Amino acid sequence: MSTTPVIQMKDIVLNYGALTVLHGISVDFNEGEFFALLGPSGCGKTSLLRIMAGFADPTSGQMLLDGKDLIGIPARRRPVNMMFQSYALFPHLSVEQNVRYGLEMARLPADEIRQRVGAILETTHLTDYARRKPNQLSGGQRQRVALARALVMRPRVLLLDEPLGALDKKLREVMQLELKRLQHEMGITFIIVTHDQEEALVMADRIALMRAGQIEQIGTPAELYEMPVSRFVADFVGKTNFFEGVASGGKVSVAGLGELTSTLPASGAVAYSIRPERICVAPAKNDAFENCFQGVIEEVAYHGQDQHILVRLAGQTEPTIARVGAQQPGTRDIGVGAPVWLGWNGADARVLTR
Amino acid sequence: MKSRATNFLLILPGAAWLGVFLLLPCSLVLAYAFMTRGVYGGVVPTFSLDNFVRVFDAVYIEIFLTSARIALLAALVSLVIGYPAAYAISRLPGTWQLPALFFVILPFWSNYLIRTYAWIVLLNRTGVINEGLRGLGIIDAPLDILYTESAIVVGLVYNYLPFVILSVFSSIQRLNPEVLEASEDLGAAPWRTFLRVTLPLTMPGVVAGGVFVFVLSIGNFITPNLLGGGQVKMVGNVIYDQFTSARDWPFGAALSLSLIAIMMVLLVIQTTLSHRIRKIEKVEA
Repeated sequence: MSTTPVIQMKDIVLNYGALTVLHGISVDFNEGEFFALLGPSGCGKTSLLRIMAGFADPTSGQMLLDGKDLIGIPARRRPVNMMFQSYALFPHLSVEQNVRYGLEMARLPADEIRQRVGAILETTHLTDYARRKPNQLSGGQRQRVALARALVMRPRVLLLDEPLGALDKKLREVMQLELKRLQHEMGITFIIVTHDQEEALVMADRIALMRAGQIEQIGTPAELYEMPVSRFVADFVGKTNFFEGVASGGKVSVAGLGELTSTLPASGAVAYSIRPERICVAPAKNDAFENCFQGVIEEVAYHGQDQHILVRLAGQTEPTIARVGAQQPGTRDIGVGAPVWLGWNGADARVLTR
Repeated sequence: MKSRATNFLLILPGAAWLGVFLLLPCSLVLAYAFMTRGVYGGVVPTFSLDNFVRVFDAVYIEIFLTSARIALLAALVSLVIGYPAAYAISRLPGTWQLPALFFVILPFWSNYLIRTYAWIVLLNRTGVINEGLRGLGIIDAPLDILYTESAIVVGLVYNYLPFVILSVFSSIQRLNPEVLEASEDLGAAPWRTFLRVTLPLTMPGVVAGGVFVFVLSIGNFITPNLLGGGQVKMVGNVIYDQFTSARDWPFGAALSLSLIAIMMVLLVIQTTLSHRIRKIEKVEA
């Protein structure tokens, strides 16, 4: 993957009347990368996608594609295609007619159209369904038609608006890998909008986490998960435990609990974040951990491959969650009401000032 | 089943109304059509197919064809005027759509007869249109518009246009806006999106509106009577004459049945067609 930007956005602002939807977004989307715009509903991620597609004009800001200004160019002239959340298939046209539509609009020679449509139907496993109408297809097949219809255009950038939202969990997991395979095979930049952090973590090379019309953090999935810059990021990406406290030097003092160690110096009011899988649960105190606290098990949630143990620590309003492998020795005896020790190292914690 | 008894009770008044005021007269017409005209105008209960043989007489076939031509023209003109209007209304901001539709149906609040008389005032040799055109210097002598087929078409279009606008509008409302965006995204100019996507997907509304105008027009007798002024005869006028001045009820009944048959065939075609398109449209996940 190179780092040549395909689409560059600078200070993009979008107003709807008195409402500001996007507050100055700046982000570069690189050649050949799988980029996820992640965020809760109403954060502006779909608006950003629609600006790139050409269905909305930003109130101000700059947007370049391959270095050339994109603002003012109508959607139909942009080398960018979109896969819609509703798939937006043409219900009166067959799968094959849906897929060839864009090539016909481009007035390509019949031979080339036939060859390209045949190839993309093959790639998306739709050859056997070419003559069917959209209402004769399953949800997963319709999703693939929408994908084929956009990919056959060989866009510089493919925009995907919640592409897996309408599928059930099993199919979603299959399609996550399928999308990655297609993106890799065709070498096209994918920009996907999703509210599902797991989906973003699995598929994306880079993620921009958005909140209320602003980008909170841009980074690789690992960066967002391991090094969140704010409470919002730590909370939205994966699960975490927060302890509100006051930091000085490498220590955070938490009311009712005591001092927690970290390797990150900070001062003032902070949130101390520790991921559930970084916490060790043991019946006795284990001095190998820098932070050890005793608590009482409030609840055990069985998840198959692991279990979430909710422990009430002294002086805390929220239970602390620890994730323990179901096969880990000794965990069979864990039961509600039992006293346990939680332990973790300061290097695994994050201290967040925002 | 309690709900079945409730359903029966709920449907009873409507069914009784239809039975007394629709089925009964229709059965009477059906029966009369196969009887014979009495010497002094009454109906003699002697079985005969003569009335239907007469329907196929060249004179009446001609009248049916004239009626069909006028009705078809009215339907086409209504669609040509109504489709853009419906499209424009659907593009208005949400708060303006309801007022716009209200103005579309506003003429229904006045009497059909009065509205048609108004067209006599507008179309006659010294009417607003002729005087206006003369005032603008476009014509020297007044145009003979009133008492022609054109005048009838104008009257029919005017009266039935709201049906076309409403049925096309509801069809456009059903369109998924993302489907139109997808067409644009794939490189289609607005007119190509219209021809390839919008128009095919709104065909149910077009056909429903068109058939509606056609069916209401082909059997109409007030508009051809007033605006055709006896110069142009449509089936409705002939039927009216049979039941009044000609006093040949059995033949009038046979003509009516033939007209009903034509309407039924059209309505069945329209229903089948729109049903098929609706089925195709059901793709929302």
